Amino acid sequence: MSAIQVDDIEGLIGTELYPEVGEFPVEQGYVWTTCASVENGNPLFWDSALAEEVTGGPIAPPTMVSVWFRPHHWAPNRETPGLPLQVHFDLKEGLGLPEAVMSDNTIVFHEPVRPGDRLSTRQILRSVSEEKTTKLGTGRFWVIDVEYTNQRDELVAVESYTGFGYRRPAGSAERS
Amino acid sequence: MSAAAAVRLLHGEVSVGDQLPELAYPVTATTVVLGALAARDWRPMHHDKDFAVNRNGTRDIFLNTPNQAAWFERFVTDWTGPYGRLQRMTFRMLGSIFPGDTMVFRGVVTDTGVDETGCGWVEIDIAVSVDDDPKTTCKARVALPVDDQDNPWTRQGPRWRP
Repeated sequence: MSAIQVDDIEGLIGTELYPEVGEFPVEQGYVWTTCASVENGNPLFWDSALAEEVTGGPIAPPTMVSVWFRPHHWAPNRETPGLPLQVHFDLKEGLGLPEAVMSDNTIVFHEPVRPGDRLSTRQILRSVSEEKTTKLGTGRFWVIDVEYTNQRDELVAVESYTGFGYRRPAGSAERS
Repeated sequence: MSAAAAVRLLHGEVSVGDQLPELAYPVTATTVVLGALAARDWRPMHHDKDFAVNRNGTRDIFLNTPNQAAWFERFVTDWTGPYGRLQRMTFRMLGSIFPGDTMVFRGVVTDTGVDETGCGWVEIDIAVSVDDDPKTTCKARVALPVDDQDNPWTRQGPRWRP
């Protein structure tokens, strides 16, 4: 994929784009690092006997789902990873909308993520609006889903991002 | 800890208007950096004050979004205990949280229900504020056991409708 033009939009709605397999499996150590960072004492993540009884074995905090797709800062022989939400940047480029904001995002949680899982992701363009003018400028709203599945192809989470790509009104000040 | 000894908030114990126990936390540079690394977020505005101030124009490094999601999760499950299972969260970012701030999480139950599969859920409006100024809001829906025998984590496939 590359820049998404207006004529491309209809054919791309609902299409799975940028499929990617996580660089490393879900790991217990990073679960503890994240729990420590927010002082999360939920015994599901610290007490294996309790996790066995409640969740059928250890799980990762559901809100960590996107963490498994952020690469380590360095890895040998790595090709340049794609940008998260590449579809967002393709839309900005193809529609000629240099500025963009994310108005909100939603995460829906499905099957639990477990240490050892190898997750995959894909981006799906759900909608692009007609041109609209807001106080920011004139542009289009779009909704992009990021779906996460495990190695059994079970859905584990869907993130939905609502973005607004726009052009500033002529004569408005540049933002830093 | 045995599962029987864990906090186990039941659906029937929750009513619209209930407030979650408030969580106040003094944010330091360590909080911000640890949170960024925990989320593998290597962007410099979350660990390099010089970059944050001189390139981003903010007054300091600031808490990153994925780590805030982890804070919201902790805030909810501190209340529910381990049987609480998140269904969905919607975030809206309004402002930044910096070292030196005391961030305060407050939440209120806005709706409760039981879906057609028998899964009990509650909806919560949460905000993390600094000096009563909301910085991020989160609408969360979490499944709770409907009785002592129920466990939302056993739900799969068509029995889990988040």
